[in-house]
Amino acid sequence: MGLIWMLMAPLSMFYLIKTALHQIALHPVTDTKVQWGVFVIVFIPIAIGLCIFGWYAWKEEYKRQM
Amino acid sequence: MSTSPKGIWKVIGASSVGTLIEWYDFYIFGSLATVIATQFFPQTNPTAALLSTLATFAAGFIVRPFGALVFGRLGDLVGRKYTFLLTLIIMGGSTFAIGLVPSYESIGFAAPVIVLLLRLLQGLALGGEYGGAATYVAEHAPPGKRGYYTSWIQTTATLGLFVSLGVILLVRHGLDSDINVSIQKFNDWGWRIPFLVSIVLVGVSIYIRLKMNESPLFSRLKSEGKVSVNPLKESFGHKTNLKMVLLALFGATMGQGVVWYTGQFYAQSFIETVCKVDFEQSRTMLIWAILFATPFFVVFGSWSDKVGRKWIMMAGMFLAIIFYRPIYQQFLDLSDITTYQTQTPVSVSEPVIHTDEINEQTITTTSMVKTFADGFAYTQKSRDTVFVGASKPVADAAPVYTEKKLSTTVYWKFVFLIFVQVIFVTMVYGPIAAFLVEMFPTRIRYTSMSLPYHIGNGVFGGLTPFIALLLTTINTGDKLVGLMYPIIISFVCLIIGMVYISNKADPDVSD
Repeated sequence: MGLIWMLMAPLSMFYLIKTALHQIALHPVTDTKVQWGVFVIVFIPIAIGLCIFGWYAWKEEYKRQM
Repeated sequence: MSTSPKGIWKVIGASSVGTLIEWYDFYIFGSLATVIATQFFPQTNPTAALLSTLATFAAGFIVRPFGALVFGRLGDLVGRKYTFLLTLIIMGGSTFAIGLVPSYESIGFAAPVIVLLLRLLQGLALGGEYGGAATYVAEHAPPGKRGYYTSWIQTTATLGLFVSLGVILLVRHGLDSDINVSIQKFNDWGWRIPFLVSIVLVGVSIYIRLKMNESPLFSRLKSEGKVSVNPLKESFGHKTNLKMVLLALFGATMGQGVVWYTGQFYAQSFIETVCKVDFEQSRTMLIWAILFATPFFVVFGSWSDKVGRKWIMMAGMFLAIIFYRPIYQQFLDLSDITTYQTQTPVSVSEPVIHTDEINEQTITTTSMVKTFADGFAYTQKSRDTVFVGASKPVADAAPVYTEKKLSTTVYWKFVFLIFVQVIFVTMVYGPIAAFLVEMFPTRIRYTSMSLPYHIGNGVFGGLTPFIALLLTTINTGDKLVGLMYPIIISFVCLIIGMVYISNKADPDVSD
């Protein structure tokens, strides 16, 4: 299942950035840019964390731990 | 190494009071966001509006993980007691200061800048507080009762919200015998009182905490010279611990965060803004639900000592995933006015006409309150435009039905539906402090457990109302689309938690 979490990270970021760009294009006001900008900046490191988690899961690190 | 039964209650009392006050401080800002916005952030100035967005929307939540890093590190270096004493002082000081900041009209642009900085300090302090309190209590608790004793700390976040709502309602009603005058006074200057009151509460809590001893496990570690030299590096630089931090985040705290904020924040926001229920009712029903559900934090915390933490938390997430949409659909159905439109109201108030001049045209808003036999009432607002040169108003839009006052029966049904959601919160949140404490070693516990908790609760959870609202603006056809965010996050967390988390409670946390 580790592979699923590793793939989920870039896919969710791609979807988030695509939605953000689309929404900013639809409503190019400061509030929209700030809100979506904050979401993207905050969730990038979390997505990297999910990718690392997936890597550990794939390597069965958690099986050894449990 | 545990404290005597009498001593543990002093530890829990002192830790819980301080943590409750910190949550209270943090939530009054959110509960008074609209009042604060009018005092400090004029929407006509784009830069001030930007600061408003940052301050009221994101800053407090997003800096919480940074607070976890700063104060978690400090807690693992110098001790739990002094660190969470410091966070209490910072939180209390910044909350009190918000109550003193002059308005935008008095000091101009400095007002929103100061408020934003104080909000950042609040977020940082909260990021350091919870991990310290949970760790402190857990390190005093005897094995086999850690879930029970730490669950008292878990009640503080919900009780902090409860106290903040209660204080705001009391002050809002208590400034004048005439309720309308009282609300006016509250909006003018009375909103400062809940902030200023904080300093008294914090003063008492500091006095209590100063009398406390350091955690016995940390004291032993210190006397043996085994305190971590670099907690951040040990927590996140070493694979053995980092993988547990990531598991705590993706398998527990991220789901817990969205369930917490959906049940207690998004529910209120949905009832007020989507169902259009009256301001007072939407808050008092949350107060009742919280009051009835809060004991269940202790029930589930205690139960987790017997059956393990994992399955109680996972069950809470599972039930939330299954029941969110039916519960919110009930909110919509119960507050629907369609059936009332075919009935004759028992009373209709005199129409109140309000006019606005926009681009040389006159917009008239006519408001009428209609009350029905079972006590249900709503305000019907119709807007008409009188164009230049025209003598008659032209119908502009369909009437809007707001400020619904629910009948007693429906009101208590709403309370029950919120109560059910808070029960989900108690399931995921009651055992989680003990779960996190048991995951990490004493020397880096404060740092290691604080970060996943505050990313899960602060970022994933805290942003729930905003992300849910944004989703409703993207897909306007489905009023329940906002629930997709907590449902998806809880689902991913549930799967990860079920597959990778162990149900075995660690009997010894002195490692």
